[in-house]
Amino acid sequence: MSIITLRESITQALREEMALDENVFIMGCDVGLRGNPFGITKGLMNEYGEKRVIDTPISEAAFTGLGVGAAIAGMRPLVEILYADWITLPMDNIVNTAAKTCYMFGGQANVPIVIRAPFGVGGGVAAQHSQNNENWFVHVPGLKVITPSTPYDMKGMLKSAIRDNGPVICFEHKRNYSMKGEVPDGEYLVPIGKAAIRKTGTDCTIVAYSYMTYVAEAAAIELEKEGISCEVIDLRSLLPLDYDTVMESIKKTSRVVVVTEAPLRGSIAGEIVGEIIDRGFDLLDAPPQRLGSKNSPVAYNEGLEAMCTPKKEDIIAAVRKTFE
Amino acid sequence: MKDSKCIEELKKEFDAYAEMYSPEGLDREEQIRMYSIMWLMRKFEEAVKPLWMANKVHGYYHPYITEEAIATAIITQLKKEDYVGSTHRGHGHLIAKGGNINKMMAELFGKEEGYNKGRGGSMHISDMSIGMLGASGIVGAAVAPAVGSALKSWIKGTDDVTVVFFGDGGANAGSVSESMNMAAAWKLPVIFVCENNQWAIATDYARITGEPDLYKRGIGFGIPSCRCDGYNIYQIWETAKAAIERARAGEGPTFIECKTMRMLGHHATDDSWYRDMSVCDKYWEIEPIKRMGEFMVENKIATPAELEAIEAEAMKKVEASIEYADTQCHEPSPDTFYDYIYADGEVIK
Ligand SMILES: Cc1ncc(C[n+]2csc(CCOP(=O)(O)OP(=O)(O)O)c2C)c(N)n1
Ligand SMILES: [Mg+2]
Repeated sequence: MSIITLRESITQALREEMALDENVFIMGCDVGLRGNPFGITKGLMNEYGEKRVIDTPISEAAFTGLGVGAAIAGMRPLVEILYADWITLPMDNIVNTAAKTCYMFGGQANVPIVIRAPFGVGGGVAAQHSQNNENWFVHVPGLKVITPSTPYDMKGMLKSAIRDNGPVICFEHKRNYSMKGEVPDGEYLVPIGKAAIRKTGTDCTIVAYSYMTYVAEAAAIELEKEGISCEVIDLRSLLPLDYDTVMESIKKTSRVVVVTEAPLRGSIAGEIVGEIIDRGFDLLDAPPQRLGSKNSPVAYNEGLEAMCTPKKEDIIAAVRKTFE
Repeated sequence: MKDSKCIEELKKEFDAYAEMYSPEGLDREEQIRMYSIMWLMRKFEEAVKPLWMANKVHGYYHPYITEEAIATAIITQLKKEDYVGSTHRGHGHLIAKGGNINKMMAELFGKEEGYNKGRGGSMHISDMSIGMLGASGIVGAAVAPAVGSALKSWIKGTDDVTVVFFGDGGANAGSVSESMNMAAAWKLPVIFVCENNQWAIATDYARITGEPDLYKRGIGFGIPSCRCDGYNIYQIWETAKAAIERARAGEGPTFIECKTMRMLGHHATDDSWYRDMSVCDKYWEIEPIKRMGEFMVENKIATPAELEAIEAEAMKKVEASIEYADTQCHEPSPDTFYDYIYADGEVIK
C-alpha cells in the first residue's frame, strides 16, 4: 500500500497500461513535453517516445476524431480534453462516431477509446472552465461515463476503461486532484458500473458522485451528531449506473437524497430519482430529494461562484426534509 | 540604446524582421497617440501580476506584454462602429479600441462595476458598446462569431469592418479555417490577424504545424495574405491600412500574420520551465515600445523627455484604475445571481 494523490493515481494507471499494451497511446494539448498542466502525464513522453505521447495542435474536434479512428483501427487511444468544457468541440465524433460505430456497423468494429476530461466548479475561472457536462453523455447510448473520486478508484477504473472495448469518458473533478488515498502496490482493477458505499447508515441514503461525494460525507458526519445515520453512496460510474446498490440501500433507509454538481435542471439527479420511483416507490417513506447547482453559468467572482454549487448545509437540509 | 550587433544576430533567426520606416499618411500626432496606447497596455499588464500575487485578482490572466504594436497599429485605425474579435490575451485589444481601464481593472477584481459585472474576469473582458465582441476561453472559438459581425455588415451593406485576432495556437481550430473559407467566398469585410508568438502554452508551433508560414493558409482560401514583423508598428500600421480600405470598399478579407515571440510565461504564474527563455534576450532589443521610442527620437518625431512623460502618464492612469477597483467598487450582490442569464432581464431559475 502507498498513499498517493488522485493525480498520481491517474499517472500510475496510464504508465502501467502503456507498459502492458503497446497499442495504448496518449494524445492532447501539452500532454507531452509539459506533461499536462496538472503534471499528470509528466515524464511519459520520455519513457514511451513521441509516438505514444503525442502533443497536438489546439484542434480538439479533429484530434479526438483521429483518436476515434485510431481506435476503430485497433489502437487504444487516451485522448485528453484539458477542460471538460471544451468537449463540445469534438462532440460530433464522440456522439456520432465513437458511440455509434459498433451498433451502426452491426458489431464489425469496436471503438476502445478513453477520453479524459477534468471538470467541475472551482478556482474562479469563469463560465468556460467550470462546467459539469457529464450529464450530456449519459443520454447517449453506446458510451460509458465514469467519475471516480478516490485515488484507488481512479487508478482501477481508468485501467478498466483502457481495457474496455468501447468508448469511455472519464470525468475527473479538478478539486479532487490533490485528494490522497491508499492504493495497493500491485496490479488491480475496479470494474466500471459498480457503486461504492462510502459510509454505511440506516436512516437516509445520499447518492452522490465525484467531488460531491466528499461534500455528502461531510454532511453525513454532521448529521450523525444529531442522530441521523446516513448511508453515502459514491456512484463512481454514471453509465452504466449501479441501481442495485442504490435500491439495496433504500430498502434499509426508505429515504433518499441525490446530489450532483451539475445544474439541476435536466441533470442525472432527476433521472436517478425517476428510476428509484420506477423500481421501488413503495420502499420510500418520504419524497426523494434532488440537489444540484443553480441553473446558471459559473461566475468569475468567487462569491457568486460559491453560491452556485450544493454545500454541506444544503445536503443536511435536504436530508432533514425527508424526515418532515 | 540600440545594440546593433544583437539585432544583426536576431535578423538571422527572426525571418519576419523588417526595418522601421515612416509610412505615408501617418502623422506625428497619431504616432504619439499610438505610443501612449502601447505604454498604457504595458503598465496595465505589469500591474496585474503583483495584484494576482496579492490575491486581489484571480483566475487565468494572460499578459499582452511585447505584443502591443499589433493591436495598437491595427485597432487604432478603426472607427467606433467597427468590430474587434479578441482572444484570451485580450487586454491590449480592448485598450486599443478605446476601452476604459477602470472598468477593466474592476472586472479583474471581480467587481460589479467591471465591464462584465464580475462575471467574466480577465479572459472575457469586453466592451460591446465599442464593438469589442468578447473573447472566448475556448481557443479559436471566438473567430467564427467575429466573422459573423462581418456577415452582418455584408448583409446590411454598411462599411463597418471586423478585425479578428487569434494566436498561432488558435489558428489550428477547425472553425477558423471554415470561417476563412466563407469570408473569402462572400468577400466579407474582415481582417484575420494571426498573432503568431510561436508558442501555445508549452507547445512550440513548429512542432505541430507543417507549414511554418501561417499567412499562407489565407492564400489557400483565396485571401490576400502577408506577414508582418510583429514588433514593427509602422509596417503593421501600413499593412492594416490597406486591408481596412479593401474591406471597407467591399473587396473582401485579408489575412495578416504578425510574427513575434512570446517573451513571458503563458499566464501569470507560468515560469516557462519547458523552454529556453534565453532565446528571448535578443528580442527584447526590439520590443515594440523601446523600438518605436528609439525610432521617434532618431527621426526627431519626439524627444526623450516627451516619451518619458508619456510613460509616466500611463503609469498614473493605471494606478488610478487600481485605486478605483480596490476602493470604490463593490462585490456583486447575491440577489443579482440570476441576472443576465436570459435577455431583457428575464429570470428563469
Ligand atoms: C479549445 C481549447 N483548447 C485548449 C485550451 C488551453 N489553452 C489556453 S490558451 C492556450 C494556448 C493558446 O495559444 P495561442 O492561440 O497561440 O495564443 P497565445 O496564448 O500564444 O497568445 C491553450 C492551449 C483552450 N483554452 N481552449
Ligand atoms: Mg501563441
